[in-house]
Amino acid sequence: MFDLITAIDLNSFFVSYFGDNAWMPQKLLVATWETIYMVAISTFLSYIFGLVLGIILVITSKNHISENKSVNSVLGSIVNATRSIPFIIFLILVIPLTRILVGTSIGTVASIVPLTLAAIPFVARLVEASLKEIEWGLVEAALSMGANTWEIITKVLLPEAKPSILLGVAITTINLIGYSAMAGIVGGGGLGTLAYYYGFQRYQYSIMWITVIVLIIMVQAIQMIGDRLANQASNKGR
Amino acid sequence: MIEISNLTKIYKTPSHDVLALDKVSLKVNKGEIFGIIGLSGAGKSTLIRCINMLEKPTEGSIIVDGQVITALDKNELRGSRQKIGMIFQQFNLLSSRNVFDNIMFPLEISKVPVNEAKKRVSELLEIVGLTDKALVYPDQLSGGQKQRVGIARALANRPKLLLSDEATSALDPQTTKSILRLLKDINARLNLTILLITHDMNVIKQVCDRVAVIDNSRIVEVGDVLKIFSNPGTPTSRSFINSIVKQEIPEELLQNNGRGQLIRVSFIGDSAGEPIISSMIKVFDVKANIIYGNIDRVKDTPFGNLVLELTGADADIKEAIKFLHEQGLEIEVLHNV
Ligand SMILES: Nc1ncnc2c1ncn2[C@@H]1O[C@H](COP(=O)(O)OP(=O)(O)OP(=O)(O)O)[C@@H](O)[C@H]1O
Ligand SMILES: [Mg+2]
Repeated sequence: MFDLITAIDLNSFFVSYFGDNAWMPQKLLVATWETIYMVAISTFLSYIFGLVLGIILVITSKNHISENKSVNSVLGSIVNATRSIPFIIFLILVIPLTRILVGTSIGTVASIVPLTLAAIPFVARLVEASLKEIEWGLVEAALSMGANTWEIITKVLLPEAKPSILLGVAITTINLIGYSAMAGIVGGGGLGTLAYYYGFQRYQYSIMWITVIVLIIMVQAIQMIGDRLANQASNKGR
Repeated sequence: MIEISNLTKIYKTPSHDVLALDKVSLKVNKGEIFGIIGLSGAGKSTLIRCINMLEKPTEGSIIVDGQVITALDKNELRGSRQKIGMIFQQFNLLSSRNVFDNIMFPLEISKVPVNEAKKRVSELLEIVGLTDKALVYPDQLSGGQKQRVGIARALANRPKLLLSDEATSALDPQTTKSILRLLKDINARLNLTILLITHDMNVIKQVCDRVAVIDNSRIVEVGDVLKIFSNPGTPTSRSFINSIVKQEIPEELLQNNGRGQLIRVSFIGDSAGEPIISSMIKVFDVKANIIYGNIDRVKDTPFGNLVLELTGADADIKEAIKFLHEQGLEIEVLHNV
């Protein structure tokens, strides 16, 4: 639907996006699905990059297995810089990049670009924190057995940090739901767009409340699943 | 098996440098259980961690089984480490793996084929007596059981040397005993050299053949455990021995004591001291009053300590002491009243 629009003419976008005749529950369903889709894909993509980045941040840190001061401080600064940009500004900043990658800056697929980019440094820091919680003795034990860097990452760091990383996934997903609603306001699709268009622009507050309720349910569900998976991972055999 | 020469380790911290090891030289023979004892901060952990290069020495060289460990590149070092087992105070088991897979871990690293590795793990489980716990996760094990897993894991690649960094310090005395017994058993069965560090003289007493006393980054005394027990050469050694064999005589005893000459008699082995002392009383005109006594075992040898108050003429007491000396007892004159 969004490929029809090339200019950022939000108002006409909203109209053509929802049409005026579609049945509201159906609109809600579509918007919910779009949010899930957007958030799931950007969570997934941000973890592909964020996990790698987080691992590099940890192993290149001082006294760790691949200590490298320059790599660590360069990556650290990039991560900090990206994290300090408010998402709403970030959304606008990456529009040119989104256009190059997706061909448009409006719609669900286009939203995945800023969502993923904003989440990567966040994920990197979460992963870093999870990996740093692991007792150094475990790494030393592996070193004393002759393990190499790759083995330490895949056999010690990641498996040991799994429960904590899973909790991080839940946090990231929930954050991205929030961000996706923000993206929705500037034409990102999903529940954010729905709430903004009907709730804010047309004063249909009931729609806004319904989207809020859907969002609450989503967040609760994700936290519950995250907790459960993390618990399962840390209490094996019980 | 291990030859350490002039090992120096300096930790560089932002504020100042810490000299943790100062020109330490030490030889550990093949097949022996060698203990290193020292107070907290003496440099024990630093020393043992230099042997598998977990800590990079600032200076000096270490040879393990003919290989100059300190001169290896990263790859070679990984290979050598597979042949040096290590156990830790905090066990350091992977909580994400059950007992079986924890012991499997070093075999994965050394790329032992899976079938062979599984067989090896079962063997090891049997050696450490945990066959029934194979599928249990570490957080469901007691400290002693965890250390058994640690030992099994350290033995997986059939090392020639086992390093133990305070392996029993987190365990109660009973469990410590059983772990030490296991180490002794492995040492005898596999002719495995064991280097252990501890701050507990009981550990040294129970298993070690030889001991080095480390104090303030330096080795101050090395020798046979029995010899150091009967004749500690430095104040540090003495205080360690005193920590388990009460050699200090309680102050009240010294005060109540009126006339005599206090001596300490130490004896090792089956030449138990008492028959000699009774013959001394018979031969010389002195009276012996036992003020304090204790008999202990060092490794498997009885080791005793008596504090006697000798009364009589000065000349007779002198003669009596000389006699005890001649009988091969270690005598120390404690107090002249
Ligand atoms: N990574 C480090 N950085 C700086 N100083 C260190 C480091 N590790 C140890 N030290 C210092 O080196 C000295 C020796 O420490 P080491 O851990 O070898 O002692 P230890 O004999 O094992 O003591 P403990 O019985 O408490 O374990 C101590 O003064 C300690 O503070
Ligand atoms: Mg220590």
